Amino acid sequence: MPITVTSRDSALTIALSGEIDHHGAREMMTQLDDAIATRLPARLVLDLSGVTFMDSSGIAVLLRALRQEQQIGGSLRMTNIPTQARRVLDAAGVGRLITLD
Amino acid sequence: MKAIDQVTVTFTSRSANEGFARAAAACFAAQLDPTLDEVADIKTAVSEAVTNAIVHAYPDCLGKIVMRLRIFDGGVLEIQVKDSGVGIPDVDKARTPLYTTGGEERSGMGFTIMESFMDGLRVRSQPDKGTTVTMRKRIARRAGSSQ
Repeated sequence: MPITVTSRDSALTIALSGEIDHHGAREMMTQLDDAIATRLPARLVLDLSGVTFMDSSGIAVLLRALRQEQQIGGSLRMTNIPTQARRVLDAAGVGRLITLD
Repeated sequence: MKAIDQVTVTFTSRSANEGFARAAAACFAAQLDPTLDEVADIKTAVSEAVTNAIVHAYPDCLGKIVMRLRIFDGGVLEIQVKDSGVGIPDVDKARTPLYTTGGEERSGMGFTIMESFMDGLRVRSQPDKGTTVTMRKRIARRAGSSQ
């Protein structure tokens, strides 16, 4: 199970874990889709502390979550980003689109 | 320039092999005593190159991917990922940030990440013949290293 969902007030925190590459991205996308569609969170926080590897496939996962939040008028931020994932996000300029703690 | 060490691995274009290719490249590079950040850079670049071959070179079938890893004098690591797939009609366009033919599941940032994490990137492609991606990274010798 690559995602764990917890909620407090209007914020929904989803912890992602494991390696987010093309091989694992589709399952993670499906699980995130379901969680967002079910909870419709006004504020979504993605906790990346358990992510051991991420490549550009992970960026596609995150941008999809951003689009879904924008569609329901919600916000998205990411927290506890490990160094390797941070370098990938920085190289792709994702910080211009999503708040990175 | 003659390589002082080399390894070639051939694998099927199954997505499960993305993790294998990353680990194999990291293991081979270990003899250069890279930092953790350098290992992460190598794994990330390999992941992008191999994923491109899996997703784009063989869109409707499984094919063969050949990854050749070489080390040259001065701590230079070369990673070559070669497929015999459909090829890239316009390499310059494919290297443009955010450009992708892969739909919503792809970000179009693969080549951008390879370029920023490695010191050099060369892409050669011929339609219906295949694509060869060659990347180089110099691993600086650290104080006290026996390399």
